[in-house]
Amino acid sequence: MIKTADVVVIGGGVIGCSTAYNLAKLGAGKVVVLEKKYLASGATGRCGAGMRMQWGTETNCLLSRESVKMLSHLPELLNVDVDIEFTQNGYLMPAYSEKMAEQFKKNLVLQNSLNIPARWVTPEESLEIVPFLNTKGMFGATYCAEDGHCNPFKVTEAYAQAAKNLNVEVYTDTEVQGIVTKNGKIISVRTNQGNIQTDTVVNAAGGYAKTVGRMVGVELPIFPERHEILVTEPVEPTMGPMVMSFYHNLYCQQSPHGSFIMGIGHPNEPESYNIKSSWQFLRDMAQRLVEILPPLAGLNVVRQWAGLYDMCPDRTPILGSSPALNRFFTAAGFSGHGFMISPITGQLMAEMIVGKPTAFPTQMFDAGRFERGELFVEPSVV
Amino acid sequence: MNHNDIIICRCEDITLGEIREQIAQGKHTLEEIKRACRSGMGPCQGRTCAPLIVNEIAKATGKPVAQIPLPTFRPSTSPIKMASLLGGDKHD
Ligand SMILES: Cc1cc2nc3c(=O)[nH]c(=O)nc-3n(C[C@H](O)[C@H](O)[C@H](O)COP(=O)(O)OP(=O)(O)OC[C@H]3O[C@@H](n4cnc5c(N)ncnc54)[C@H](O)[C@@H]3O)c2cc1C
Ligand code: FES
Repeated sequence: MIKTADVVVIGGGVIGCSTAYNLAKLGAGKVVVLEKKYLASGATGRCGAGMRMQWGTETNCLLSRESVKMLSHLPELLNVDVDIEFTQNGYLMPAYSEKMAEQFKKNLVLQNSLNIPARWVTPEESLEIVPFLNTKGMFGATYCAEDGHCNPFKVTEAYAQAAKNLNVEVYTDTEVQGIVTKNGKIISVRTNQGNIQTDTVVNAAGGYAKTVGRMVGVELPIFPERHEILVTEPVEPTMGPMVMSFYHNLYCQQSPHGSFIMGIGHPNEPESYNIKSSWQFLRDMAQRLVEILPPLAGLNVVRQWAGLYDMCPDRTPILGSSPALNRFFTAAGFSGHGFMISPITGQLMAEMIVGKPTAFPTQMFDAGRFERGELFVEPSVV
Repeated sequence: MNHNDIIICRCEDITLGEIREQIAQGKHTLEEIKRACRSGMGPCQGRTCAPLIVNEIAKATGKPVAQIPLPTFRPSTSPIKMASLLGGDKHD
């Protein structure tokens, strides 16, 4: 294994790979990615693969808008031959109460002011978009035709290949076990395969970000939370958009491959590293699904699994250096939507690390915001 | 005969050639190959193709078959209709 590096990125998920590529592109010197298992083995390879620009805070709108732009021609941008299955079939987000409808309309004003082409649709118009949607009790919905889907394994692979083309070293089966510091500076990273000297570390460890922070005595307010998900047998294309209902706390999308991918949120899920699947989930999922998309209950489930959300108290990621330790950078706390914003996130991280002006302001991602009490709570999350 | 045309994963229609290509690119576990080309993601969840792919990995890497980890098998053991999961709460 390499002995010294300019930057060590911990975590071979989509965020670690995107950050590493952008670092190399900006000439950050020798960049190394360390992944304890294999690429996309964490949340990235377990996620719902959805991308949407319909958000409730300006930051999330901007991050996703810029990322969708990049994803739309990612292979060209990275100069790699990987099909990331970029599809724009939209997101339909139904509202089931006056209050929800009001919030959504507020979100629309914000989204439209940022040129995100989302719009309000009536229950009747929703049926033109998803004919078998149960509109009972629905006030209407917001719909953005340019939201959609990408294959997370392939996006990660594309970034990893592009990074390797720029001489980034990617080590899989390599677990970071400690980080050595001296006089407030990083000296080296200790792994089960040997040590690497470096003064700069990026914590892109997803659900394990808190554990990695603790290696240098930095306490991050990020915690892991299990989220379960399932996939059905593939069928003919019948549903264009992702249907995401905060009322049912559910999302459901037909992938380009024909299978339906769906998951639900569990309000009482405890903080833990547990990623076991439960029988309960299958039943809860089926119960909520028949309420909103009745015919889909006729589909066969072929697999269920779970992954960790890296939750942040305000559901906004922490991006940037640590106030407590020089050159210890964190890119985590994505709270269930890190995949769709990975392209711009990697760019912003690289810009901060090499000390370039960032593409847009980043102080709202700063780890110090919790102490200052400047939170931007994202309301729209399953 | 060109063995590369043999279908290894019949659920997802993946040939021996495609599997060999993934192994040649450095993917030496079932999990990695699956994520790259969908082998093992079909209705049988790899029950048919996993042993065949393990053999290919073993041949290419010289590792004994027993050292190549199998993917996680979770319930259900065969595809299950979602509607059949409904009800039962009140012993109905
Ligand atoms: C069920 C589910 C559905 C989701 N749906 C969506 C969606 O539809 N759209 C969306 O945008 N996002 C979604 N997400 C969120 C998304 O998956 C994550 O935000 C995103 O993948 C985060 O990427 P990451 O690279 O930060 O984390 P990860 O992919 O988790 O990568 C972190 C990596 O770090 C490695 N690691 C940890 N500790 C160490 C160590 N000590 N040494 C070396 N390596 C280490 C892990 O093995 C892991 O591979 C979903 C998540 C889940 C769980
Ligand atoms: S034969 Fe490969 S998944 Fe069934």
